[in-house]
Amino acid sequence: MLLIRCPYCEQDRAEVEFSYAGEAHIERPVDPSAFSDAEWEAFLFLRSNPRGTHFERWVHIHGCARHFNAVRDTVSDKFLMTYKAGKPRPTKREIEGAKK
Amino acid sequence: MTRFSFPALVRKAIGADKDWPEQWAKPDPKSDYDVIIVGAGGHGLGAAYYLAKEHGITNVAVVEKGWLGGGNTARNTAIIRSNYLYEESAALYDHALGLWEGLSQDINYNVMFSQRGVLMLAHTVHDVQIFKRHIHANRLNGVDNEWLSPEQAKAFCPPLNISSSARYPVLGATLQRRGGVARHDAVAWAYARAAAARGVDILENCAVTGISRARDGQVRGVETTRGFIGAKKIAVSAAAHSSVIMDMAGVRVPIECFPLQALVSEPIEPAFPCVVLSNTVHAYISQSDKGELVIGAGTEQYVSYSQGGPLHSIEHTVSAICEMFPIFTRLRMLRNWGGTVDVTPDRSPILGKTPVPGLYLNGGWGTGGFKATPGAGHLLAWTIARDEPHPINAPFTLERFRTGRLIDEAAAAAVAH
Repeated sequence: MLLIRCPYCEQDRAEVEFSYAGEAHIERPVDPSAFSDAEWEAFLFLRSNPRGTHFERWVHIHGCARHFNAVRDTVSDKFLMTYKAGKPRPTKREIEGAKK
Repeated sequence: MTRFSFPALVRKAIGADKDWPEQWAKPDPKSDYDVIIVGAGGHGLGAAYYLAKEHGITNVAVVEKGWLGGGNTARNTAIIRSNYLYEESAALYDHALGLWEGLSQDINYNVMFSQRGVLMLAHTVHDVQIFKRHIHANRLNGVDNEWLSPEQAKAFCPPLNISSSARYPVLGATLQRRGGVARHDAVAWAYARAAAARGVDILENCAVTGISRARDGQVRGVETTRGFIGAKKIAVSAAAHSSVIMDMAGVRVPIECFPLQALVSEPIEPAFPCVVLSNTVHAYISQSDKGELVIGAGTEQYVSYSQGGPLHSIEHTVSAICEMFPIFTRLRMLRNWGGTVDVTPDRSPILGKTPVPGLYLNGGWGTGGFKATPGAGHLLAWTIARDEPHPINAPFTLERFRTGRLIDEAAAAAVAH
């Protein structure tokens, strides 16, 4: 079972309190009618699916019920850091710093 | 290659089984092949076999990062069925089922294909309605599937609890009698042996690190941990690593990878005559010929390549099994493991050409790739040999995610995800 730190509750809680909500930092189209088929494909279906560092959304569904973002290694499943929704994608240095 | 037969077995037994030759060679890579297949699972090895057998292309290499058949081929629960909803899928999976029926004879290897019947349980009114719709769709597509009452389901599978006091009572079931199970490892070994006998090189411990392309965009070979290997045609059949390999060629694919766990019990006397799937309580179960109950869980919710998962998913599945089959409540579980399933947005595979000339993709089979093994191999071989898809795999393009012609089988996939 994963231990996940909710950045709002500021507690490490068990995975069963959370729901996964897909890859993070995917921007909704500002002007949907101007979107091409290729842009729709990328927005709806194409995901980075990396073997390594993954930016993703979680919701603390059985806690504060708020969405937040996380950085996790997809090979070890280890969480490198979590941060509040709306914050920009952390840099490599910030992720390294959070690990310590 | 020694042909397997009863007299051959007797002869070898007299010699204390000491002089069986190895079933496939372990050659060093040549500098150049006509076709390279990335991934030595059942699908990739099957494609190599059918390339050699049906298309006369024997200068083929199957490159594998680990060992042969060590990925999802070794990690699935070996269930075979073809009762999918849409006609495209029914044609695809039934093509595979047809090949399963003659496979052991075709490749002279007992893959222990057993058509013991696949029962899918309905626990709610909605289950009943959608399953009956599936049955009608299947029959229109020539796929066998029938409706059983709870009593008929219990007659077919005696351990089943059909008590109306169950938390999710059984309201009926669909039965595909042609469905069943096969010995999953044997399928990879059988295709490897048959392909190698026709001249295919199987290169294990040979991880692909890059895909090399000529100036005009055409592929020209793969960079591997055992050096550069040239080929004009490359087929990626790498399951969980499909998107990693396709990234090397600059092609993004709509695939995400999730862990899926399975487990087996201690071996017991034959007690479970068929395969049972239940979407609502989420469990699928069969009994192997060794006597172990083979049980599968649902996919985990997060993207991962860890080939493992948490205990609570297993607990969820095992509690569903105990509810449906109270006779198994005191059974001990022997071992569990995880695989990585490559899931597409519409739960249907991608099998065909890619925007890169000479590069083919067979991936995105998600939770249901094993059942399609002979079909996927057969159709991938056709697609590579003719540089165009077979009519059966023609709808399963990469472009469908742009055009919107999806084949949404989320309801027919028996594993929750």
